[in-house]
Amino acid sequence: MKPMNEMKLTFISRSANERFARSAVAAFVSQVDPTVEEVSDITTAVSEAVTNAIVHAYPEALGTVTLTAQIYENNRVVIKVRDRGQGIPDVKQAMEPLYTMGGGPDRAGLGFTIMESFTDRLRVHSTPGKGTVVTMEKYIARRVKGRP
Amino acid sequence: MQLKLTTDGDRLTAELGGELDHHCAGELRHKIDAALLQHRCRQLVLDLRGLTFMDSSGIGLIMGRHRLLQSTGGRLTVTGASPRIAMLLRMAGMEKLPIWGNEERKTAHETNE
Repeated sequence: MKPMNEMKLTFISRSANERFARSAVAAFVSQVDPTVEEVSDITTAVSEAVTNAIVHAYPEALGTVTLTAQIYENNRVVIKVRDRGQGIPDVKQAMEPLYTMGGGPDRAGLGFTIMESFTDRLRVHSTPGKGTVVTMEKYIARRVKGRP
Repeated sequence: MQLKLTTDGDRLTAELGGELDHHCAGELRHKIDAALLQHRCRQLVLDLRGLTFMDSSGIGLIMGRHRLLQSTGGRLTVTGASPRIAMLLRMAGMEKLPIWGNEERKTAHETNE
């Protein structure tokens, strides 16, 4: 099934781009008329995935993070956050709630938990030394135009 | 990210506004901790009323301040959390902590009913 619309955005792994990524995704999904709640769910999940890439993917230098979003006919939105960084040696362990690999003080270790809670499907694929792709899907409820 | 710090004796109040994410959390932490030290405050009130967005970096900031205040025998109070932010803090298991200002406690109880 081909998407009706898609976008691809690549940026440097600077934390200043976390907000930019959220805004870009919110603007892109607005075309399927999501509720405020649905947009919040998506931007929070994207913020977690992008932050993970920025904090963990490139420990020694800056690298690139690629954000793609696709909209399918049934209002299914598929968002991918990809990096070409150090990868995750044990994805299952990384996805356990409260697990954190450092990255400074005050890291809560809840990124994957939040992504899982706020989206309908979460997949994480990683190859140590090559990079990581986080894929999130969310169905935006169809609503009659004009009604909440 | 806006931050307004005011002191009242032993209490430091930090009013946060805008979007609280990883990019902003580090600087916020430095400013709040420096103010706690400078004014020798053992009570911290985090007023989240002005926040339009928060992710788990905000959870980490709040948890970190709670631990810091606890270690000095002080106390953290969180006020003005929107329903969404309160939900995030509940996901982190923080509803059990003695950090909630009156309005949040009421909201948490209403949700549980």
